[in-house]
Amino acid sequence: MNSNGTAVMESNQAPKKLWLDHVQEWLTTVDHKRIGLMYIGYALVFLIIAGLEAVLMRIQLAVPDNHFISPQVFNRMFTMHGTTMVFFVGMPILFGFGNYLVPLMIGARDMAFPRLNAFSFWISAFGGLLLYFSFLGGSGLYGAGSAPDVGWFAYAPLTSKIFSQGHSTDYWTLSIMLSGIGSVGTALNLIVTVITMRCKGMTMARIPLLCWLYVVTSWLTFLALGPLTAAQIMLCLDRFAGSHFFDVQAGGSAVLWMHFFWIFGHPEVYVLVLPAFAFANEIIPVFSRKPIFGYAAMVGASVLIGFISLGVWAHHMFTVGLGPAGNAFFTLSTMIVSVPTGIKIFNWMATMWGGKIRFATPMIFSLGFLFQFLIAGLTGVMLSVAPFDWQLGNSYFVVAHFHFVLVGAILYMIFAAFYYWYPKMFGRMLSETLGKWHFWLFTIGFHVTFDTMHIPGLLGMPRRVYTYPVDRGWGTLNMIETIGVVFQAVALLIFVWNMIDSYRKGKEAGPDPWDAWTLEWATSSPPPHYNFAVDPVVHSRRPLWDLKHPEQPDTHFE
Amino acid sequence: MRFIYLCSASMQAAGAGVPYRSARFLATLAGDSTSIFAPQATPAHTIFGLSLLVLAITTAIFLAVGGLLLYAIIRFRQHPNDTGEPRQIYGSNQIEVLWTVIPVLILVVLFLATMRVISETEHAHKPVDALDVVVLGHQYWWEYRYPKLGIVTANELHIPVSDLRSSHPTYMTMSSVDTDHSFWVPRLAGKMDLIPNKTNVMWMDPQAAGLYLGQCAQYCGTEHAMMLIRVYVDTPEKFAQWVKEQQKPAVDDPKVAAGKEVFLRTACVNCHTVNGTAAQGRFGPDLTHFASRETLASGIVPNNVENLRKWIADPDSMKPGSLMPKMNLTSHELDQVTAYMASLR
Repeated sequence: MNSNGTAVMESNQAPKKLWLDHVQEWLTTVDHKRIGLMYIGYALVFLIIAGLEAVLMRIQLAVPDNHFISPQVFNRMFTMHGTTMVFFVGMPILFGFGNYLVPLMIGARDMAFPRLNAFSFWISAFGGLLLYFSFLGGSGLYGAGSAPDVGWFAYAPLTSKIFSQGHSTDYWTLSIMLSGIGSVGTALNLIVTVITMRCKGMTMARIPLLCWLYVVTSWLTFLALGPLTAAQIMLCLDRFAGSHFFDVQAGGSAVLWMHFFWIFGHPEVYVLVLPAFAFANEIIPVFSRKPIFGYAAMVGASVLIGFISLGVWAHHMFTVGLGPAGNAFFTLSTMIVSVPTGIKIFNWMATMWGGKIRFATPMIFSLGFLFQFLIAGLTGVMLSVAPFDWQLGNSYFVVAHFHFVLVGAILYMIFAAFYYWYPKMFGRMLSETLGKWHFWLFTIGFHVTFDTMHIPGLLGMPRRVYTYPVDRGWGTLNMIETIGVVFQAVALLIFVWNMIDSYRKGKEAGPDPWDAWTLEWATSSPPPHYNFAVDPVVHSRRPLWDLKHPEQPDTHFE
Repeated sequence: MRFIYLCSASMQAAGAGVPYRSARFLATLAGDSTSIFAPQATPAHTIFGLSLLVLAITTAIFLAVGGLLLYAIIRFRQHPNDTGEPRQIYGSNQIEVLWTVIPVLILVVLFLATMRVISETEHAHKPVDALDVVVLGHQYWWEYRYPKLGIVTANELHIPVSDLRSSHPTYMTMSSVDTDHSFWVPRLAGKMDLIPNKTNVMWMDPQAAGLYLGQCAQYCGTEHAMMLIRVYVDTPEKFAQWVKEQQKPAVDDPKVAAGKEVFLRTACVNCHTVNGTAAQGRFGPDLTHFASRETLASGIVPNNVENLRKWIADPDSMKPGSLMPKMNLTSHELDQVTAYMASLR
C-alpha cells in the first residue's frame, strides 16, 4: 500500500479518542441524555455511601447498650444518611430520569435550556461534594465537630453557634443551598420544556402521564425550595452576623424554623414520590397491555396532590403544641391528601383489570410498589390522626412509615425504571434472572427490616437514639431489623453487578424491547444525540400503538 | 368513665376485636413497660381507643384493596401462548366518582372521631386540686419543680395516683432551657415537646400506682438517647410522705463534713444546688435530696456508691457527651464527695 492510500484510510476513520477526550465530552456536554445519566450515576454513588451509613446504624442498634460506634458518630450517621438520601440520591436520580425521558417522550431534541441544564447538574453535584467534605473540614478553625450531627431537619436551636460549634452545620446549610439552586434550575427547565418543546400533535392532553407528573413535581420543587433557602439564609445570618431569628435566648423562635422547614419538607416528600408515580404510570400499562385507566383523573389527582401537599406541613408538628384548632386543621388537610392518592392506586388497579399482565422485572417491582405504597398510605392515615400521632410521632413507627414510602414505594419504582429504561439508555437488556433474584432478595430484606420496625415504635422506642437500655425489651426486634439489611445489601450488589455485566454482555435490546407505546421507543437504543432524525408527529397518547394497530388506533377513543 | 365509654364505643363501631387482640399481643412483647397499648391514664386511654378504631378501618381498607390487587394480578396474568392484546379500556367517570366518594365518607368518620379526642384532651377541665409541676428540659436531664410545694428535683417525677371517682390529675407546664426535647411516657399520655421560649401544657391522671418509663422523644444532642424518664406514681399516703421528705432541709451529717468541704470548694457549686449551703447553681440537677433518688444521670444506672463514684470521677465514661465535666479530684477526695452525696437523703 502506498503512502497516499494510507492517508485516505486514516481520514475515513474517526480519529481514535483518548480517554481524556471522553472525559472532556462528558464534562462539557449539554445533551439532556448525558446529563441525565450523570445525575443517575452520581446519585448511585451517594446511594451506596448513604446505604453504608445505614448499615453502620443498624449494626449499632442490633443489640441494646451497644458501643460499636460512639454517640457522636451515630448522630452524624443519621444526619448524613437522611440528608444524602433526600438531597443527593432522591432528587438527582429522579431529575436524572426526568432529564433523560421527558424530551424523548414529548418528541423534542433536547431540554428548553441545555446550558442551564448542565449548570444545574454541576452545581448540585458540587453541593454533594461539599457536604461530604465536612468530614475533613467540618472542624474548621474551632477544632470541634466533623460531619453535621443536627438531624436532617436541623431543628433550631440545636443549629445555633452555642450547640453546634465548628462548621459542620454550615456545611449542611451551604451544600443544600447549592443543590437547591440546581434543583430550581432543573425544575424550571422541565416545566418550560414540557410546555414549549412538544412535537407536532402532542397537545397537553396527549403528553405521557410521566411528563404531567414531572410538571407537577417541578412546580412543587420550585415553590418548596424557596422557604427552605430563606430559612437557611436566616440561619447563616444567625451563625455569622449575630441576628436572632432562631436564637431563643434573644427572643427568637424555634418553632419558626419548624414551620419553614416543613413548608419545604412535606412538599419535598411529594417531589420525591410523584416521579415514582410517573414511572408506574408508564410501566404498569405496558406490562398489562392496556392504556392507563382514567388519564384525565390521573392528571387531576396529581395536580390536586400538588396543591394539597402545600397545606399539610404541620402534621410534622402535632406534638409542638399547636393547639386544638391547628391540630384539627392539619389532621383534616392530611386526610384529604389521601383521597387523590387513593384515586391513583385504584386507577393502576383498574389498568391491570382485564389486561394480560407480563411479569417482567420492571412489572414485578411495580407490583411490589403498589402493595408497599398501599401500606405506607395507610400508616400515613394513622399518623394523620393527631392524637394517635402524639404517641407515634418521632418514634420508630414513623421511621418505618417513611421508609415504606421512600424505599418500599420510591426506590422500588426507581428499580423498575432502571429495568425498564436501561435497554433504551445502553442498548442492552438487563438480565431478567438476576433481576428476579434482586427483586426477591430485596423484598424479603425490606419486609424483614421495615415491617418489624413499626413495632418498637408502638412499644415506645423513639427515633435517633444511638442505643437503648436492655430492660425496654426492644432488643430482639432490632436484631431482626438488622438481619433484614443483609438481604437488602446482597440484593443491591446483584443489581450493581447486573448493570455492569449487562453493559458488556446483555442481550441486544433493539429500539422497542417491551412492545411499548410512547415516543422514546420510536428511536434507536441508545438514541442518537439529536434523538429523532425527523420530528415525530403524533395523533394520540400512544403513538406507537397507533402504528402497530392501524385497525383500532387510539385516536378513535380519546 | 369517659375513656371506657370511648373505648367501647369505638370498638363496637368498628368490630375491633382483631386489632385489639394484636395490640394486646404487642403490649406483652415488651413486658408492657413502655407500650402505647398498655395505657394507664386517661390521655393514653383515649388515644388507645381511637387507635383501635383507626387500626380497624385501615386494616379493613388494606384487606379490601390488597385483596383486589392480588386478585387482579392472579386473574389477569398473561398465559404463555396467549399473544393477542386484551380489550383496550380507557376509563370510566362513574367509577372514578365512586372511588372518590367512598374514601371521603370514611375520612369524615375518622375526622369526627379525631376531633372528639383532640377536644377531650386539649380542652379538659382542670380541677382546682390538680397538682402543678413545671418540667424543664436540659441537655440530657429533666428538671421538675413543684411551685406550690416548694420542691425542686430531677429525673424522677413523683405524682399521686388518680382514680375515676376522685380525679387527681397532674398538670405539667413544660419548657426547655436549651434545645428542643419531648416528654414521652407512652403508658400515661402522648408526647409533648419542650421548646425554649415556648410554654406547653400536658396532663395525666395515672390510674394505678407504680413506675412508668419513658424517654426524650425529640433529638436534642449527643446524649438524646440516654435522657430517660421515670415517673413514680405513688399512693396518696406515699406521695404525702415523699413531699414531706423533699420539703425538709438538706441533711447535714458531721461524719461527711470533709466531703461537703470538697464539694463546696470545687466548681461543683457553679452548677448544682444543695439547699442551705453556698451551692446554688442552676445548670445541673438539684442535689438537696440526691440520695433519695433511685437512679443516676437521668435514669441510666442505679444510684449506688460504686456508680456514683465512677460518675463523679469521669461522667464521660458513663455518658459520653454529658455536659458535666471531669473534676480531676484525687481518689481520696472522690471517696469523700461520694460519701457526702450519698448522705443527702
